[in-house]
Amino acid sequence: MGKIWEFDPFDKDAAIIDEYGNQMTYEALNAESYGLAEKTGSRCLVFCLCRNEIGSVLGYVGFINHGIVPVLLNSRLEEGLLENLLETYKPSYLWVPKDQIGRFPGREFRYEVYRYVLLKTDYERNYPLHEELALLLTTSGSTGSPKFVRQSYTNVLHNARSIATYLELSSSERPITTLPMNYTYGLSIINSHFLVGATLLVTEKTLMQKEFWAFFKERGATSFGGVPYTYEILDKLRFYGMNLPSLGTMTQAGGKILPELHERFAKYAEESGRKFVVMYGQCEATARMGYLPPERAVEKNSSMGIAIPGGSFRLIDVNGNEIKEPYTTGELVYEGENVTLGYAERGEDLAGGDERRGILETGDMAQFDEDGYYYIVGRKKRFLKIYGNRVNLDEVDRIIQSEFGIEAASAGVDDHMYIFVTDEKFIKPVRSFVVNKTGLNPVAFKVLFIGEIPKNDSGKTLYKELAKYYV
Amino acid sequence: MTNLEKYNKAFMEIFEITEERTKGLKYQDIEAWDSVGHMELIAALEETFDIMIDTDDIIDFNSYEKGKEILAKEDYGVKF
Repeated sequence: MGKIWEFDPFDKDAAIIDEYGNQMTYEALNAESYGLAEKTGSRCLVFCLCRNEIGSVLGYVGFINHGIVPVLLNSRLEEGLLENLLETYKPSYLWVPKDQIGRFPGREFRYEVYRYVLLKTDYERNYPLHEELALLLTTSGSTGSPKFVRQSYTNVLHNARSIATYLELSSSERPITTLPMNYTYGLSIINSHFLVGATLLVTEKTLMQKEFWAFFKERGATSFGGVPYTYEILDKLRFYGMNLPSLGTMTQAGGKILPELHERFAKYAEESGRKFVVMYGQCEATARMGYLPPERAVEKNSSMGIAIPGGSFRLIDVNGNEIKEPYTTGELVYEGENVTLGYAERGEDLAGGDERRGILETGDMAQFDEDGYYYIVGRKKRFLKIYGNRVNLDEVDRIIQSEFGIEAASAGVDDHMYIFVTDEKFIKPVRSFVVNKTGLNPVAFKVLFIGEIPKNDSGKTLYKELAKYYV
Repeated sequence: MTNLEKYNKAFMEIFEITEERTKGLKYQDIEAWDSVGHMELIAALEETFDIMIDTDDIIDFNSYEKGKEILAKEDYGVKF
């Protein structure tokens, strides 16, 4: 257990600036962190309902740097899911936006700073927190299961250092938030930039709002991150023609970007003297595992690159043997200090130590070329990435079954899920149910009627046969 | 269909709301009108009225009423 960030060297430099003109120096961040930790007391569990605001970032940093374990959740998390998580993990405190205090009647008010409040719960935790446990994150796009990824102090520190190295981060960087901080990719941007004393520009505004771009220009943002869908939006906004002199780096992760968009952004970056960095990662590896060096972005279209500094990749065939030949598909295995401890599905699991020993079977199928650059070509498990969020298709089928008592088969491609049902009257309710459970935009979900769900002789669903209805 | 009916239809279909709900509706008032929904809305309006909406107008389009104002501009000439 230990501190992740040392703020002393950056002292009077701005650590966080928000869109309303509020600024917090590293010195203030340090002092406020200390103040918050003091109110919270000894090592315990805190649920943080996150927003891209100063109070939210301050809470996260303060808890982590003082050995208090935050659980980062979206502040718009559905009530039922939140209740389930509270009952499962019994946190000692809640760190929530002040305007949401009404959601928590009966919780005792303890402290307030930067429009966030600390509320005491009356849960009694009856399990210890493992000494290496730093924080808990949901696997992206969870459909309601109370599953968390357990990340250690070593995980966070190593991954942040590695990112700072390969992106060549310095204190002059000014990343602007485009992703939620409870999302592992968004969080990794904060983690890595605070290591080097950069200035984080926080906003809840989106790329679709002129206030976002006004803030971007006013404060001279130097970088942002985006999932594939973000780049589709930017393309639609004819981003290439925007006047953004401060911009130096664009990073991309959260799924595979379309080859034509990869090419457009890589070329735009090359021609304008910027960097476009395609990356690969998972919450199970803290955040990042691979990156495509920007100088090869145009040449290596569709590649997610090479392992990050301090990590390594290998491919394993069906018999568990390592693949040595280029252009041969195998499961991608990653090894590095950022491979997380494991999952938690109930409170007692937080007492557990490292289950993975630095090795992660990613579940992604990949190939490498003759230069050792990796390409993701498929997935071992049935899941889709919807706007950068992982959604497990078998889990979707299961929750529909348990809610409606009917059989459903979901399939699709990234950003477009198709759910097949055999009774037309369930089309609407199933759709609203899944939209509500995932918390993702309804546009991504279509429920289709089918006479019969195709199966083989042993009763296994033939998902591939469903593809003809949506490809 | 009048232009107003077409305009309303785009909102109602994409955000899955009633006509009454469209009035006064602002970006992010409902979950469906997030950045994903916004892209869909813009695409639907461009197709419906056979126009190409400028970047500045896309990011300025922050409410049902503002959208009408934008489309009624000379550049697009949609009369309501």
